[in-house]
This record gives sequence, C-alpha cells and structure tokens, in this order.
Amino acid sequence: MDKNIVLDVKNLHVHYVTDDATAKAVNGIDFQVKEGEALGLVGETGAGKTTTALSIMQLIPDPPGIIVDGEINFEGKNVIYNTDKENQAMRGNGIAMIFQDPMTALNPVMTVGDQLSEVVLTHEKISKSEAKQRVIELLEIVGVKRDRYDDYPHQFSGGQKQRVVIAMSLLCNPKLLIADEPTTALDVTIQAQVLDIINQLREKYKMSMILITHDLGVVAETCENVAIMYAGNIVESGSVKEVYLNPRHPYTRGLFDSIPKLDDESAELVPIEGAISNAADLPTGCHFHPRCRYCQEICKHQRPPQRGTGSHKFMCHFDLFSEEAK
Amino acid sequence: MENKENKVLIETKRLKKYFPVPAGYLHAVDDVNLTINKGETLGIVGESGCGKSTLGRVILRLHEATSGDVLYDGMNINNFSDDEMRHMRQNMQIIFQDPYASLNPRMTIGRIIEEPLKLHKIYKTAEERRKRVEELMELVGLPMRSYSQYPHEFDGGRRQRVVIARALSINPQFIVCDEPVSALDVSVQAQILNLLMDLQKKIGLTYMFISHDLSVVKHISTNIGVMYLGQLIEKAPKNDIFAKPLHPYTIALLSAIPSVNVLEKSKKVILKGEIVSPINPKVGCRFATRCPFATEKCTSENPVFEEAAPNHFVACHRWREVADGTLQYSTN
Repeated sequence: MDKNIVLDVKNLHVHYVTDDATAKAVNGIDFQVKEGEALGLVGETGAGKTTTALSIMQLIPDPPGIIVDGEINFEGKNVIYNTDKENQAMRGNGIAMIFQDPMTALNPVMTVGDQLSEVVLTHEKISKSEAKQRVIELLEIVGVKRDRYDDYPHQFSGGQKQRVVIAMSLLCNPKLLIADEPTTALDVTIQAQVLDIINQLREKYKMSMILITHDLGVVAETCENVAIMYAGNIVESGSVKEVYLNPRHPYTRGLFDSIPKLDDESAELVPIEGAISNAADLPTGCHFHPRCRYCQEICKHQRPPQRGTGSHKFMCHFDLFSEEAK
Repeated sequence: MENKENKVLIETKRLKKYFPVPAGYLHAVDDVNLTINKGETLGIVGESGCGKSTLGRVILRLHEATSGDVLYDGMNINNFSDDEMRHMRQNMQIIFQDPYASLNPRMTIGRIIEEPLKLHKIYKTAEERRKRVEELMELVGLPMRSYSQYPHEFDGGRRQRVVIARALSINPQFIVCDEPVSALDVSVQAQILNLLMDLQKKIGLTYMFISHDLSVVKHISTNIGVMYLGQLIEKAPKNDIFAKPLHPYTIALLSAIPSVNVLEKSKKVILKGEIVSPINPKVGCRFATRCPFATEKCTSENPVFEEAAPNHFVACHRWREVADGTLQYSTN
C-alpha cells in the first residue's frame, strides 16, 4: 500500500433510515487524500458533502444514519470498526474538524482558554500550565492576542471566533483536517485572512485537508485536487487545473456556467434547470438525468460508468467534452 | 432639463438611522447620500453589519429615519402620513433573503400572490384577481398547478419566484432586493438572477440590490455603492469601480473575492487590524484602524464623500494618491 495515502475511502454508502423513508445521502464514493494534499469537496446543499465528512469522523448520528457499505481507511486502518475509545483517540490527534458555524462550535459559558486547554488535557498527559502555554502559542499563530485567553466566546467577532476554532482543531497536530465550509459565515475580507492562515498552517505542519464548500473560487485558491459531488456521488474529480480548465461532466459544466464571472462581463448566466433531487427519492440511472440537457434514454435506466484518464475522472455515459481538451 | 433616460427615481439626503443600545447609539446608517435612476440597478455591497439592509428598509420607511430625507420621484416620503404611505407602497416593494421565512406556510401560493391585490383593492372581483395571479405566475415561471400548492412543497428557488410574483403583483416601480439569492445554491441562483434581469427589461423596474457577493452584484448592477460601518464610502458605475477602485477598503474587498481562474493567481490584500464598533463611533475615517495608509488626519477628520471622477464618488482623505498610484498595497 502507498505509504503516502492518509485517507482512503472506498465505495462508501451512507443512508438515513426513518419509518417513512430511506434517504440515500452517499451512494458509493471513492477518493483518497495523500499526505500534505488539500482536496476540495464541492457540491450543492444535499449533495452529501457533510455526511461524507461526518462518516470519516465517525460522527454520523445513529439512528437514523447508517454506513451501509464501504471502507474508510485512515492511515491503513478501517475506522468503521473502531470502538468508541479508538474513535476518541483518533479525533483530535488523527483527524480534526472545523465546522461551518463558529458561533455554535464553542461553549458560551466557558472561557476560550479553558475550552482549548481542555482539548489538550483530554488527549495528552501534560500539566495545566504546559497546556496553557501550548494554547497561547497556537492562538498567537492564528492571530488571537494572548490577553484574550480569559475572554468568553461572545466577546469575539465572527472572524476571531473562527480563528479560535481553527486553533482548537490544530492543538493536537492532526494528520488530517476536515474543514466544513469554514469561511461561509464570514465576510470576504475576513475570509481571505482565514484562508491565508489555513494555508500557512498546512504548509508548516504538512497537514492534509479536506475542504468542504460550495464556492468554486475558494477551492481554486486553496486546494490542489477537487471532487464534485451530486446527489451522493462524486461525479467528477481530478486536479483543480484539470477540472476547472476542462470540466467533463455536464453538472460540473453547469456549475461553472451558473456563476457570474468577474473578468467576463458579457457572459450570460446559464442556470441548471430544476433542483437537486430528494435523497429519499433518487431518480433511476444517472441521478443527474432529470436536469441534464444531454440526457439520452440510457441515462434514465443505467448507472453511468466511471471514465477518464489518469487522475481526471468523471461519471457519465458519454464523453461529451473530450474534443475541447485538444 | 429633465432627461428621460436619466431620471432620478430615488434620492436620499443625509439619511441617518441610529438605534438606541445600552452603550449609546448604534450608527447603522450614517449620513448616506445616493441617487438611483429609473430603470437602473444600484448594487450595495459591504460586510455583514455595515448597514446595507437597514439602508434598504429606511428607504422604504420600514424603519423610520433618525434624520435626513428620502425622495421618491421628487416627493419627500418621510413627511407622508400613514394613509399616503400605504398608497406609496404600491410603488415600492422588497424581496427578502430567506424565502422560507417570508411565506406564510398555511396559505396556498395563489392566495399568497393574491393578498397584496386584496389589500390595495386593485381589482373588484375574484375572477379579475385570479386572472392577474395567473399572469404573474406565468411571468415568473411558476407552473399553473402550483396555484393551490403550499410553500413547503417548494424548494428555495421556486419559493423565491413566489416572493417575486407577490412583490410584482401591485405593479411597483422600485424593488429593494435584500440578498435575494444568498440562500440559494449556485445553479438555482442563476435562475433567479436571470429572472430579475428579464423582469427589469420587460417592465422597466428599478432595483436596489443588496448583497455581500460581489460577483453577483457586478453581474446585475448599473452602479455599485460600497458601504462600511454605516457609511457609503464609494459609489461609481460598476466597470469604473472594478477597474479603478479609489477607496483602500474597496481595493481590499475586490482583491479578496475568490476567483475560479486557475491560470492566474490573483494578488490578495490581507487586511490587518480590527473593525471598530458602530456604537458611538469616533470622529475620523471608520476604516482607519485597518487601513495601512491611515495618517493622523484620517483619525481626526471625517472624510468628505466627493466626486473624484464623473459619477465616481469616494470618501477618503487620500484618494488622489490612490488614483495616481502613489499609494499601493503590498500583496503576497
């Protein structure tokens, strides 16, 4: 096995089962994350991005969530069979996660310093003063002054809170950082600051990262590789350059045509008609077919195969855009 | 003197809105002067809490202004009585960000769109109203079968179409769009933006389009205004503001937009320093704490909102040095 591969997800299926329906949130996805690599996971609401992340962290709420099939290998070990104790050890030290909303990720009745020290003390056998030292160091790295150690979360602005959350996730030097929409709740100038910090830290600690977002621009500026999700499938993946310069899945094309471009004034927006399917009632065949302008008979009945060469892969019955590559 | 092409529809004069808070007054809108011409779109951008939404609401008199005037077609609506204002509202409508919260879950789509027609007593009979509702549904691209459906059966994009149809029902001339696409996914967002632009062409609507997404604002606007902590700090035709921004904050804001262009990495301006509080702000430029070019004058004297180039307004003590290239950000 390749030593450099930190995370290897194979044929992952995750369902949410209730009395009335089964929502198929993730439907057989495969991807790998190498050491030091940043992978962007892009998709619309309901595409299965967050479910994928929670599966890796072993945080899928059960019930109703069930990992029905597949493997999640972190450093060569399938985490699906982990005991609670093993999971506890993995979270924080092995994999850390940053959530979208920094307001709800922090305990409002504990000072920021106490919350962060608690993380270190839970995972490592060190004294309180050493833990405090480590916390202060990390807070300064992310740009929070040391005199704010005893402040409560409500005394921080949104951007400052997200820095605290980033510091918290890095306290135990994780191998893999999962950032779920880390900047979506922030303003653009603050977003630029936070992304800058994440990039610097990733380089410094040689950390791998999965960045979950709906913003193609953020991925272009932060990640080397990208996977586009739609209705629980990865419909296209590859290096950011490959996918952005020559998107080969109709959905990926549609996404790029839908966003207003700053440098192309005249470009008209071409929306994707319709809306994402309900995960409890997915269309047969290719899940994208009801919205696809190139839909043929076969798309309605058969699950599309994976195509592509090298690292650039896509899931479609047809190779519609190969000409443009030449 | 009146030029049909450039007739001013909305004008604000020294418009202020302060909210009382325990520590004093929160200056949500502070001395804003702007004009919007008929048939045009003024995009308002700025970070959360800068007063964009409050400005929209004060213009519609959903909040009463603390001081200053709002002129609609030359009439000062701040002096209108409640009765006059109710009539006035037929001309001015608002579309909110969250199409989940702005529709009554217990009313059918047909009744939701019909309600303003009833309130303003525009048609006499139920048939006339029904006909108008069907017309509107077609205009915004809703299928007729949705007439008797309920909002929960719709996704965000279709709900926003209902909201737009309702706003249009009484034939307004001016619509404040307050982050109308922020809650939508990009593929659906494009549908709604195209719809708003089509409607503007067809009916000649005037928009004030509030958003924090600069690429969306650039796509839809004629002019763009940038707000920072309650003040309008720059306003210009959209191409001018993107090609030659004059305020240091605008420059930083524009550079921070993540770009999908993978061949050319854009240079980012990373701002340092903290945003000052909008509660009882001190004299001087409010951006000075984060501005690398701030001088003593910037913290002691309010900058004037002046016309730097035709139709290009800016409030900065040092815009001349920015314009001639003497002041430049160091980027990484």
